[in-house]
Amino acid sequence: MTDSPVQQLAEVIDVGPVGAYLEIGLRLPVAIGFAPGQFAALAVGGPRSSMLLRRCFSIYQINGDQLRIVFAPQGAGTRWLAARRPGSAVDVVAPLGTPFRPPVGAAAGAPVTLVGGGYGSAPLFGLASALRSLGSPVHFVLGAATAGRLFGVAEARRFGDSVTVTTDDGSAGSQGLVSDVLPAVLAATGSRLVCACGPMAMLRAVADLATAAGATAQVAVEEAMACGIGVCMTCVLPVVGVDGVTRMTRSCVDGPVFDGAAVRWPEAGTGAVPGDALGAPGGAGVLGVGAMGAP
Amino acid sequence: MVDMSTSLSGTVLPNPIMTASGCAAAGRELGQFIEVAALGAVVTKSIMLAPRAGRATPRMAETPSGMLNSIGLQGPGIDAFLERDLRWLVEAGARAVVSIAGSSVAEYGALAERLPASAGVTAIEVNISCPNVESRGEVFACDPVAAGAVLAAVRSAADPAVPVFAKLSPDVTDLVSVAAACAEAGADGLTLINTLLGMAVDPVSMRPVLAGTTGGLSGPAIRPVAVRAIWQVHRALPAVPIMGVGGVRTGLDALELVLAGAAAVQVGTAIFGDPSAPVRVLGELEAALAERGFGKLTDAVGFAHRVTG
Repeated sequence: MTDSPVQQLAEVIDVGPVGAYLEIGLRLPVAIGFAPGQFAALAVGGPRSSMLLRRCFSIYQINGDQLRIVFAPQGAGTRWLAARRPGSAVDVVAPLGTPFRPPVGAAAGAPVTLVGGGYGSAPLFGLASALRSLGSPVHFVLGAATAGRLFGVAEARRFGDSVTVTTDDGSAGSQGLVSDVLPAVLAATGSRLVCACGPMAMLRAVADLATAAGATAQVAVEEAMACGIGVCMTCVLPVVGVDGVTRMTRSCVDGPVFDGAAVRWPEAGTGAVPGDALGAPGGAGVLGVGAMGAP
Repeated sequence: MVDMSTSLSGTVLPNPIMTASGCAAAGRELGQFIEVAALGAVVTKSIMLAPRAGRATPRMAETPSGMLNSIGLQGPGIDAFLERDLRWLVEAGARAVVSIAGSSVAEYGALAERLPASAGVTAIEVNISCPNVESRGEVFACDPVAAGAVLAAVRSAADPAVPVFAKLSPDVTDLVSVAAACAEAGADGLTLINTLLGMAVDPVSMRPVLAGTTGGLSGPAIRPVAVRAIWQVHRALPAVPIMGVGGVRTGLDALELVLAGAAAVQVGTAIFGDPSAPVRVLGELEAALAERGFGKLTDAVGFAHRVTG
């Protein structure tokens, strides 16, 4: 068993629908450990594929030698994955990235609220299980556009001390966004930590509301990645370091889970480089460079 | 057994397979998957004098058998590179080819001066596909005079024991004239090719996909351009060693570049999909050479030029 990332050919066990999404099970020849929030990078299309880049998915479960992932077949790569049959091979690199960190020290065992948007909730159930075993009460807030696009409500009821559901159209739970109900959940549960996974706009709202409530937020960001292992510098976002300096930071290695208060949300939302980031254009000794031949 | 050793202007490497600049950071992350010391060399991401944040996101777009990137040379700057990254490569037993990038001739010279053989530098690769701020943003590699000026400055500032390679853009009308200018200015060799300038527009948002609008196209889609560039330059300048790069994913791809005239082959974008690609390509290339009856890699370099009939 290893916690370092391993590249290996996994065997598809099953692929099937789970609500509006798909779930794939993969048997790993080399057993790996993982912590909730970490992700797996899957090659798609086979060795001669015209799709060169890995698709990255947060890990839903690892049971023994079995890796399970929830995904939405939105593009050619994920549709290829959806068409895999049991017994076929998929090249997997996992576990990758920085996971959620359960509260430690004096905060150990304190209540935690977990917020998931759509199938972004997938890594939160393993996290809930880990938090429960450390003595923390766990409260879920799950949101989606419609009832059909929620993921894991039944599982949340099994692992959670409370579950609050929102949908944009009111087809399940209360009508609105997770951010509409989060302040009340934080107040009612006394949560000092919020862990969230979902779209960037949701993460920003969660981080802001947590700060306003005097709580901390850990957010798993969704940035487009080319490699997933830290070499391509594609998946960066502006994050303030412990030294107070903003850097364009790789979400694959230093994330995907970040301290919500450290993310520079306005720029992270637009993709801009903050003017005071280390080495930002116009900064001391830095001159503009075009994109040509500049990987 | 094939003798896989190759020579870069007198510097002998145990084999010709390297990572391509910008596709392996400074080697450390790949070290989780492969033995970096088993490669001919690790070519680092281009390093500049000062730290650089790079461009806004999105920085990447997948294209058929390729990808576009506009990273904008994000990096830690030469001081942090020497202190942390180069030290790691040396301790890992890897041969380091350090890619450098600057906005002025003087900046290139200042970088080269900081990269002696004693620091663990096997070669310097000069990325001249950057805009020249002294010449209204023109790209050095698109002008023989500007390219030659950079290479002359680097060659005179660099440790004489460190070979200097110029990495050229294929986006020029007359590649051979740029290559010849670099060689005349003192370059010990050439790296062919850098990415091609490309662009993608999102049909949903109806805007450019990349925040930087245009980006560098890499991957198997550009391999025929690399083969053509290597072929043309090797034919015109047969004594100048070439490191070939562009779309190599398999040993047969690497062989194609070697037969066209490359003495070394860099694996780039393939790493993003397959972090163990450089080591796999090395094994496949050795097998492919053996199958064709080559006892030495160097016998295959430029072989396609010598086949008649």
